[in-house]
Amino acid sequence: MKKTLRIICALAIALSVAGCAKKAEPVAAPAAPAAPYKVAFIYIGVPGDLGWTHEHDVGRLALEAAFGDKVKTAFMENVPEGPDATRVIRQYAQDGYDMIFATSFGYMDPMAEVAAEFPKVKFVHCSGYKTSENMSTYFGRIYQARYLSGIVAGKMTKTNIIGYPGAFPIPEVVRGINAFTLGARSVNPKVQVRVVWTNTWYDPVKEREAAVALLDAGADIIAQHQDTVEPQKAAQERGKFSIGYDSDMRKFVGDSVLTSPVWNWGVYYVDTVRKGMDGTWKSSQYWGGLSDDVVRLADFSPAVPQDVRDLVSTQKVKIVGGTWDVFTGPIKDNSGKLRVNEGAKMSDEELLSFAWLVEGVVGKVQ
Amino acid sequence: MGLITSLLAITLRAGTSLVYATIGETYAERAGILNLGLEGIMLMGAVSSFATAYYTGSLALAIIVALGVGGLMALIHAFLSVTMKANQVVSGLSITLFGTGFASFLGQRLGPASNGYYLVGLTGPRFTPFDIGGLANVPILGAVLGQDIFTWGTYLLIPLAWFYLYRTRNGLSLRAIGENPRTADAMGVNVNRAKYGYTIFGGMLTALGGAHLALAYTPGWSENITGGRGWIVIALVIFSMWNPARAITGALIFGGINAVQFRLQASGTNIPAAFLNMLPYLTTIVVLVAITWWETLSKRVGSPASLGTAYVREDK
Repeated sequence: MKKTLRIICALAIALSVAGCAKKAEPVAAPAAPAAPYKVAFIYIGVPGDLGWTHEHDVGRLALEAAFGDKVKTAFMENVPEGPDATRVIRQYAQDGYDMIFATSFGYMDPMAEVAAEFPKVKFVHCSGYKTSENMSTYFGRIYQARYLSGIVAGKMTKTNIIGYPGAFPIPEVVRGINAFTLGARSVNPKVQVRVVWTNTWYDPVKEREAAVALLDAGADIIAQHQDTVEPQKAAQERGKFSIGYDSDMRKFVGDSVLTSPVWNWGVYYVDTVRKGMDGTWKSSQYWGGLSDDVVRLADFSPAVPQDVRDLVSTQKVKIVGGTWDVFTGPIKDNSGKLRVNEGAKMSDEELLSFAWLVEGVVGKVQ
Repeated sequence: MGLITSLLAITLRAGTSLVYATIGETYAERAGILNLGLEGIMLMGAVSSFATAYYTGSLALAIIVALGVGGLMALIHAFLSVTMKANQVVSGLSITLFGTGFASFLGQRLGPASNGYYLVGLTGPRFTPFDIGGLANVPILGAVLGQDIFTWGTYLLIPLAWFYLYRTRNGLSLRAIGENPRTADAMGVNVNRAKYGYTIFGGMLTALGGAHLALAYTPGWSENITGGRGWIVIALVIFSMWNPARAITGALIFGGINAVQFRLQASGTNIPAAFLNMLPYLTTIVVLVAITWWETLSKRVGSPASLGTAYVREDK
């Protein structure tokens, strides 16, 4: 039995990686004069997740729409973070791809490793911090859109408890929770945001259970930082509202989703690939926000009244115009300590290593 | 009391799919067939039942399709491991790989054109918990009765599965096959036919567990909807020591701890979330270790002796 178990483990690890590869290769146009610019994408999930990977794939399709025959895209889905990512990225580099996008944090080290081996290939990594001559990072200030969605939630909650299933207590998620809470409390200081950590990005059943637990605790609006629409569905079944994330979840769940902070990667992908094609690409650290349109607030549900929409657009104008940003003091943490002084603004560095929760959040970072 | 009732309700609901798959796998393993294809079979059961329900609107048909698909996939495993005498671990893993990939593929192709051929994000008919009127407010009882038909099914399935295994002649033969197929053969049992039968039965129950997710618990299809529950079941079978009556405890502990830990978090507890998240798995490991230890000490229980080996009649 022991031996069998060992075999099971070894095989499970080896095989879980081998499956599920898919390439989207449009039929090569014979008349194309020059070789197309080849762009590859590494996905952590599948485009059908309706969330994170879905939005990256929409960005990939935007590339095809923008450049037509001049670009050829491919993607590999369900690539585990770690050594397998190294193998997949290296394979694309060897196959002559000109630019490779890796769309999850855990691809950072694998990508940096391969980038050192292929100086002519351009590597672009999402949500990390390591860069080199031929490796860039990019991400979006989704927290700005989350702040706006917080205003909607703060205005529309009746119990003043908002539930927030979060994946992992890492700066990216913490930043989102904080921005959302600041938004909600800017219009309703009584709001409490309760956080439940699921310890998974993607598990429909767990995400639902977390949302149900929050609803049982009295939450009447469910926001989330996960990869599926299950928390939204759980809220809807109880007749409660929710705030989506990643994609416009109202399309998949219904009008109980008041709005969603969403990604719009196409803008960045088209721009980056264009620079790659005309030779002006340079390694950079990109962190665009509402003003670049790389993050957005999705259309409102009809359930959102006009005065709330007006409030949101007032704040949006301030953020887009650059006159004000979300993390401007005074900000207290949830133990009551003043963390950001009146009028002071948190630096990007501080935002990228966010490890405390703002006042009004019930939960812990540990 | 209200809290206990609501916890019990969610625990029963969360444990349901695990109970089906655990009992299914218990029967297969009692017949000496280790089926590691559970995860794939559950996913195929989920995707096929949801697609059927979506297009035909018939939940009954959806269940029949799930049973058929589960049986068919288990049949492949039975053919490979009984007739072809292939390594059961390898065969089971390939069923999981095939099932996971194929379910994902179907989920991206079976949908209507208006949804880009995706099944994800669609709403189909679903089973809802029975409305039991005033009884719903009765503590404990309200949680037990106010469930959907799948959970009700487990109330029947568990005693029946136990009774069949321990109190009927066929059950005795089944246990004999798992312990010593040669003896069973000498008793006049058609060993390989029984192995086929119980493996297929196990696959059907497993697919039903998947269908529960897609038709009742998290209604709709989403990629990898099982989230590794097929693997948990492998542990739960050992946890329950191949006894269908104990399948419920394993499933409930696993489902229940998750429900409890999320509620603790929502109430703003001081216990670290990472620890709470670890609890269901930690408990599974601890119990597995304890059982194995007790097993070696008492020599009373254990895995079916012929588990994982093919039966060759002429073997000397």
